[in-house]
Amino acid sequence: MKVSGKKDLQKLQKEGMAILFPDRTRIMVGMATCCLAKGSAEVMSALKDEIKKQGLKADVVSVGCIGLCYQEPTIEVVQPGKPKITYGEITPGKIPSLVACIKQGKVEKQSVLYRTDKEELPLNGGRHIFSKGAPQKEFKGIQEYSEVPFFKKQRKIALRNAGFIDPENISEYIARGGYSSLVNTLASMKPEDVIAEVTKAGLRGRSGGGFPTGVKWQACRKAEGKIKYMLCNVSEGDPGIGMHKSLLESDPHSVLEGMIIGAYAIGAKEGYIYISSGQTLGVRRMEKAVADAKAHGFLGKSILKSGFDFTVKVKEGAGAYVCGEESALIRSFEGDWGEPRQRPPYPAVSGLWGKPTVINNVETLANVPVIMGQGAKWFSSIGSEKSKGTKVFSIVGEVNRPGLIEVPMGTTLREIIYDVGGGLPRGKTLKAVLAGGPAGGCVPKKLMSLPVDYEALMQAGSAMSSGGIIVMGEDTCMVDMNKYLLSFSEGESCGKCTPCRVGVRRMREIITDISEGKGREGDVELLEKMALLIKDGALCNLGKTAPNPVLATLRYFKDEYQAHIKNKKCSAAVCTSLKK
Amino acid sequence: MKSFNLSAIEAILEKHGKAEESLIAVLKDIQNHYGYLPQEALRHVSEKLAVPLSKIFCIATFYSFFSLEPRGKNVISVCQGTACHMKKGEEVVTSLTRALKLGTDKKTTSDGAFTLEKVRCMGCCSIAPAVRVNQDHYGQVTQNSVANILSKYGKV
Repeated sequence: MKVSGKKDLQKLQKEGMAILFPDRTRIMVGMATCCLAKGSAEVMSALKDEIKKQGLKADVVSVGCIGLCYQEPTIEVVQPGKPKITYGEITPGKIPSLVACIKQGKVEKQSVLYRTDKEELPLNGGRHIFSKGAPQKEFKGIQEYSEVPFFKKQRKIALRNAGFIDPENISEYIARGGYSSLVNTLASMKPEDVIAEVTKAGLRGRSGGGFPTGVKWQACRKAEGKIKYMLCNVSEGDPGIGMHKSLLESDPHSVLEGMIIGAYAIGAKEGYIYISSGQTLGVRRMEKAVADAKAHGFLGKSILKSGFDFTVKVKEGAGAYVCGEESALIRSFEGDWGEPRQRPPYPAVSGLWGKPTVINNVETLANVPVIMGQGAKWFSSIGSEKSKGTKVFSIVGEVNRPGLIEVPMGTTLREIIYDVGGGLPRGKTLKAVLAGGPAGGCVPKKLMSLPVDYEALMQAGSAMSSGGIIVMGEDTCMVDMNKYLLSFSEGESCGKCTPCRVGVRRMREIITDISEGKGREGDVELLEKMALLIKDGALCNLGKTAPNPVLATLRYFKDEYQAHIKNKKCSAAVCTSLKK
Repeated sequence: MKSFNLSAIEAILEKHGKAEESLIAVLKDIQNHYGYLPQEALRHVSEKLAVPLSKIFCIATFYSFFSLEPRGKNVISVCQGTACHMKKGEEVVTSLTRALKLGTDKKTTSDGAFTLEKVRCMGCCSIAPAVRVNQDHYGQVTQNSVANILSKYGKV
């Protein structure tokens, strides 16, 4: 049905609630790419067979990623009046006993992870209650969601629906408050008010340097020209990061709703979602989300009878890291190879086909409906002084609980690695943490009290970038890690400007020599000099940030370079041509 | 060489509109159809869209999605992201290269059943090292699990 106002939306909310909380059992299986890789499709089919076999009356739905990558495949069970139960590491073999327990309304004690009594709805401050009062006897010994170490320090805003809803069902999104921000915004706010609210909230771009979103929108709104474009950038190429993909696969509507509000604010009638190559599932889900939003009247002509027209098309890229850079993305979009150009003019003034264009990333946009729903004051109360709200991180490497997490800005690296991530696997000691991928840098163990905050990370020689946290143990060699990061940047350099094309390659060659015992006196100084020259001279952010990892390690791990050069020694025993 | 059905290319051009800006989408569909970008197809596109062949070549070599060489029936992509690098993704490449009897220059098996490629991050970092065969993802791949994965695609 086409929604034309609050009343229609409330009706849909009711319908959605009946799907989320049916009068029978609802079983949710995590089916994002990583879950699938761990066998959730097999679990799903075994589950469907077993339900039929045992005659259980249940709705079985595919949901997105809950972030518990280390426990996949996961299954969640909702039964009327009972807490939601989450199970982990499910295999097809465990399904018969699980289904038998569900049928009896019991908990399968072998695979249970935790229970959820209530869920917060960040969009409107509401909550969904699964079971009231003290837990029944059956559930007493099971940890509640809010007490689970992995979730305790997390705060889900951008990932508010990820893993909780069927990403292909718009009704479930609406039931959790979805599209109410859009309805309210179009009914009662002028575009200028929207921009003011987002600016006041302190929302900053969730990739790259953290440019204030409101300021970007304002620049585009003020730019001359009738035709403007709203672009959503999902060209995630940073190695070691999977969150954009996950958000897209788990909750496409939150991104879309943010995008529609943004388009209204800047005055765009057309929008594009640019998804990098290889994200088949994400593309399919986003295309479905766009079609459903259109059918419900959230996209198209005179949206919600406001007179505001907006259409969105999904476009798939062809795989190039540099296309994450705004001007390269635009060029690629126009059908060319993705070479960046000199900025200014910034895309907000002259972007796609020369028209004013706003480019926001997925996570940034997913925050927008929450800001409009709860207000700037609420949003800016979360986070640190200059970095507001939360940040999604993909925490991987040498850590007990790898996964997709979202924490308030200002949370320290120590809290992320030990409290959320559960520390390093047994027998390993922390050496460094790489934040920001090839644009960031490794920070040593002694800096674990560093908060996740754009400025704090940058001052420490690292970066927020799009939010990868890679935990490294003592057996990681900093020289080898930098050889890897530089070879990544070298391979992804578009070749347009010399500092990046030749400079990064020369740096990689020097580091390769060092790792092979061919390092020379003065190499460290040469690397430092080249790094600064490339940072100054490169055309775009890929080149400008490529030397960052080297600078950070020269700051904190210079001795390790010297040991490789002078003593021909690699203490981590990674560089095979050297002695330990 | 496979004989060319230009009508397939015509249909692709029709679908995307004969404008220069749809070039990437057209090339993607051609690659999906043939498994790579055949020279004949590129010449045809160049003529129909009035785009110089040199530009098409630039695009085809710029983006990692495209291949100018025929590829195997099954395409195996080994992730080279940071997490996979740390978790010894390189050893997975070595094991696969050995199992498929490939070399540094040889990326496709002689029977055309498999092509082995290294790719940038696939975003499955929590299950590193990761491998993708066609559309299926596999996590925590070890030297020992390689044979098991290959057997699912008919490798004895």
